[in-house]
Amino acid sequence: MSERLTTNLKIRRGTPGDAEAYDVIEFEFEAGQSVLDALRWIRSNRDASLAVRYSCINANACKECVMRIDGRTGYACTTALKPGEMLIEPLPNKRLIRDLVTDTLPPDERLA
Amino acid sequence: MVQYLETDVLIIGSGGAGMYAAIAAADHGANVLLLDKSIVGRSGATIMAQMTVAAAVGEEEPDDWRFHLKDTIAAGRDLVDEPLAKILCQRAPEKIWQMEEWGVGWARSGNHLTQVHAPGHDRKRCVYVDFLNTGPATARTLRNQVRKFDNIRRVSDLIVTDLVLQDGRAAGAVALHLETGQAVTIAAKATVIATGGLTSMYNRNSASANMGGDGYALGLRAGAELIDMEFVQFFPIGHLAPRMTGMDPIMWDPFRYKLGGRLLNGKKEEFTQNYGAPEDGKYVVTRDAATYAIFKEVEAGRGSPHGGAWLSFEHIPEADLRAAFGPVIDKLANNGIDLTKMAIEVAPIAHYHMGGLRTDDSLATTLPHLFATGEAVGGANGANRLSGNAISETFVFGELAGRSAAALSHSAMPDIHHAAQPFLDIIAEASNRAGGGMTPTAATASLQTIMAEDVGPFRTADGLRRALDNLAQLAATLPELPTGGAMAFNQQLADWFGLRNMLVVARTIATAALARTESRGAHQREDHPGLDQAWTYNQVVRLDGDDIRLFRSEVRRLAQEELA
Repeated sequence: MSERLTTNLKIRRGTPGDAEAYDVIEFEFEAGQSVLDALRWIRSNRDASLAVRYSCINANACKECVMRIDGRTGYACTTALKPGEMLIEPLPNKRLIRDLVTDTLPPDERLA
Repeated sequence: MVQYLETDVLIIGSGGAGMYAAIAAADHGANVLLLDKSIVGRSGATIMAQMTVAAAVGEEEPDDWRFHLKDTIAAGRDLVDEPLAKILCQRAPEKIWQMEEWGVGWARSGNHLTQVHAPGHDRKRCVYVDFLNTGPATARTLRNQVRKFDNIRRVSDLIVTDLVLQDGRAAGAVALHLETGQAVTIAAKATVIATGGLTSMYNRNSASANMGGDGYALGLRAGAELIDMEFVQFFPIGHLAPRMTGMDPIMWDPFRYKLGGRLLNGKKEEFTQNYGAPEDGKYVVTRDAATYAIFKEVEAGRGSPHGGAWLSFEHIPEADLRAAFGPVIDKLANNGIDLTKMAIEVAPIAHYHMGGLRTDDSLATTLPHLFATGEAVGGANGANRLSGNAISETFVFGELAGRSAAALSHSAMPDIHHAAQPFLDIIAEASNRAGGGMTPTAATASLQTIMAEDVGPFRTADGLRRALDNLAQLAATLPELPTGGAMAFNQQLADWFGLRNMLVVARTIATAALARTESRGAHQREDHPGLDQAWTYNQVVRLDGDDIRLFRSEVRRLAQEELA
């Protein structure tokens, strides 16, 4: 088995209009695990209220888990965790819904 | 405030089958509402398919749909609903050409489509899109077609929580809008369930997040019947280790039979031949046989380090690997995987559900005005699905269900304001449960463990009874599980509705598996080894209050001359 590494995920929380707030959550991982692995673990084991959009989990086929990771836009499912600290935020150029979820739907697919 | 929508045809789920159904219904003049609990055309199983599509197009060598049907029936271990399977095999070729016309881009060799020989087929029959791109190309092609119809309205992030009946018919649904937490009532002349299967009820699976058996639960609670629920297909060589991202965990299969990847035990020896399924250098061991062989090898202490088997391509020249894998080689390198120097570890993972809603040849369920399509349909694959039939059925059954539902467009629009109220009350109550304790998200993980431990591919009466007890205990906690209260994009509330569905569907699997005292296809009873001819029946499930009722039903057969 590969060695256990530790990272602290600093995650932007809240809805539009809330004061800027971050949660810092520690996650132990094996090399090769993804940011989405950590976010899903947090939802099951630490805080189920964390909002994070995803569907295919692993395949990078659905492209739903796009967010800001360490200041760069990327997919949580293909971004490898790194030891130390990582900054996880919603996309800055889309309307914020809550936590890491922004409005990425085509305009004609919203419930009007 | 509750929004009230009306449509001719309501389609719940927008994977390949839901999109194909929407196109067919719209093409027949119906107004269509196409919903997804995530994003339309992106979520679901289709987009994840990196695999092949079976159809007797006869491009690579002469073929006939009857040969495809014969293989489908043989793989299904004598339980295949033959009229449904005939529809699937007979109409698959025209759908392959329709998709080609729509620009899917099937892989070609010279002037014909490339077809590979997948396990269980008698010849080269399976088309695909390079490289590992069958699902994404299929989803993109269908999305583009769906967008061409003004009479298809697409809505994402809308979770159907219950079907609504009027005069004994399906008359629409109530739904929860994930972004706002608002309830929505949808009146529909006809409803199509296109929610896929149930594999995310198992802790190791190849599913997307929303394959939790929703459509089966919606149908059951509304009074529809399910069939063959005990047959959950495990994919034998799902990726196990090292951790690999950006790829579907079932990606190894086409390479295994294209290149001849060797399946080896912990001692790096071939082993499937010890379970009556020799590789013979052809690598076409069927899925149920390979799953059984790997489980037994692990049980005997001869598994790979993470508890599976080795899959090795080390004997293949690097140039051949590069030609077959194409750019996938670079994706593998990003994950630290060099196939010329190392074997990877694989293990069986929950992949597909043969059972589902019981339908007739028009894909009408036993509840009037309710239809099923795609993986949500039960019967066509019997006790074990033939490789490559899943995408074929999204096309064929999608088109058929859409057309059948559209034929009801002339009926009167139901008024479900009153009938929807009890179901709206459930949403209101569940949305208002803040507080602490075990979350539905954590409880879902418990359910996945119960299913994996005692309702996996290998079962015993003791284990199944234990699972039913554990499921009952978990179900007793459901009314109290906190949903976080009112908030935007409340996935904890969505998880609660998902768990509510999983709990009833899990009981149908365990109950049907306990009753079937034999081993057949994907259902293997350690305490009842071997196929028992007396069990050549389908089992049908119905919900009676909160009780699950099980019935036996004769397998539907074709006349001999239709198979000749």
